[in-house]
Amino acid sequence: MIDTLAILAIFSGLFFFLSGSIGLLRLPDLFTRLHALAKADNVGLALVALGVIILEPAVINDIKIVIIWLLVMAASAISSHLVARHALRENRKDD
Amino acid sequence: MMTGGASTSILTIALLIALNLLLLSLLIGLFRAWLGPSVEDRFSAVLLMGTGGVAMLLILAILLQITALYDVALVLALLAVVGTVALTQSESNHD
Amino acid sequence: MIELLWSIFDITLVLLLLALAWTTCSTQDVKRAVTLFIAMGLLLAIVWARLKAPDLALAEAVIGAGISGALLLSAIRDYPSTTMVSHRSRLIEGIINSLTLALVILMSWAVWHGLNMSDGVRLSAQVISQLPVSGVSNPVTAVLLNFRAYDTLLELAVVLTAVLTVLTLNEKRTDYQVSSHLLQGMTRWLVPLLVVTSGYLLWVGAHAPGGAFQAGAMLAAAMILLQLAYPSMRQEFNLYLLRILLVIGIFTFVLVGLWMMSLNDDFLAFTPAWAGTLILIIETAATLSIATALTLAYLGGRPMGWEDTNRTNRSIAENGGAE
Repeated sequence: MIDTLAILAIFSGLFFFLSGSIGLLRLPDLFTRLHALAKADNVGLALVALGVIILEPAVINDIKIVIIWLLVMAASAISSHLVARHALRENRKDD
Repeated sequence: MMTGGASTSILTIALLIALNLLLLSLLIGLFRAWLGPSVEDRFSAVLLMGTGGVAMLLILAILLQITALYDVALVLALLAVVGTVALTQSESNHD
Repeated sequence: MIELLWSIFDITLVLLLLALAWTTCSTQDVKRAVTLFIAMGLLLAIVWARLKAPDLALAEAVIGAGISGALLLSAIRDYPSTTMVSHRSRLIEGIINSLTLALVILMSWAVWHGLNMSDGVRLSAQVISQLPVSGVSNPVTAVLLNFRAYDTLLELAVVLTAVLTVLTLNEKRTDYQVSSHLLQGMTRWLVPLLVVTSGYLLWVGAHAPGGAFQAGAMLAAAMILLQLAYPSMRQEFNLYLLRILLVIGIFTFVLVGLWMMSLNDDFLAFTPAWAGTLILIIETAATLSIATALTLAYLGGRPMGWEDTNRTNRSIAENGGAE
């Protein structure tokens, strides 16, 4: 059934979100934490968005959700890059 | 009473469980904001909350049948990057 | 089962909000405090969404999480130390804390009392009944820009006063980090997207959540992004245009109000047939003003050459004509 598929997608996405946040808490270094964050951002949100697209009847909202997904992917990539680059520069200054 | 896509109660219960689990993952990520030794660590928790917030808004849009929440999610996705850029780009060059 | 799950969600949200607020105020580390504050803003947006108030959620997301986040984060970047030291004595702190606690208890009682009062007049029913006369179909916009338009006018005046204060304090910050090519490449498509979304929010405010403040804040975010991604681009603002943009919101608002006063005997009493168009015109002007004000507030001061235009104007006036 359609609803079951959507629930499956959302819960798989949730798995990535939870593992991302646990990784954020438990991993030793900033760069490894950013790596965990990227999993939650990209795969987690993609699966949740897929589930919501399945559940949402109006097509215009589905298009909005696809745009949201693309934007979050781009924002996540840029943010990780900027934060990591900034942290590297800070470390280099202390040498 | 819900109409449209979220009419079956099993779906509603599943979505509510997903919502609670998402909130739990945000809560776990917030500990990094509390602990994180550097400001970049703390900010990565904010990034997680941004993406988790988008996911929660998508699910709430289905649960509460409010289509305006898609606009809110879109806006959150757009502005996630602006915060990162403000953090990493606005430092004056110390010598 | 459904109610139980909703209650778990609500209670966790409230406890998390309280915990965030408490730790933001009580922590000694300013960077931790700012980050927790931004997180609380994001959480508040979700709380508004849960309470079925999408207009507030939109405003909180754009202004609280977006603009305030950018402002605070760039403020703490130049902090030499990360610790805040409290110079107040223990006694004063104790008095302030107990007064705040008393205020919180008083307000909680007031909210509880107001919610349980059954004979009060519910304003939402009145707004809905007057909605066809207001010219828009979104009740929040109707209240903000028609029924209580005077309040919004004063809000715009507050924003203008705030930015004037910022302008008198300082010169614009000019030194920023070198930006990466990735950031510049992203800005090339993100800024137009932000501008288009701002226009969308402005337009959709008539029949769905949106409006001038949200659109203005998004436009300001676009300008801030542009400034941060291309710092080497010499900012040659057209300073006359800047001044016009700052005041055009209030100017249009007052002009429309006076025009309506001449027609309908009351300041800002819109004729129902024109109300929709008038509201759109006022909101567009307000968006431009709010965006300019927020961008100038973020940039931190006067753009280059602001005093030079003053000097030029004064010398032109003294010499009695163009040189």
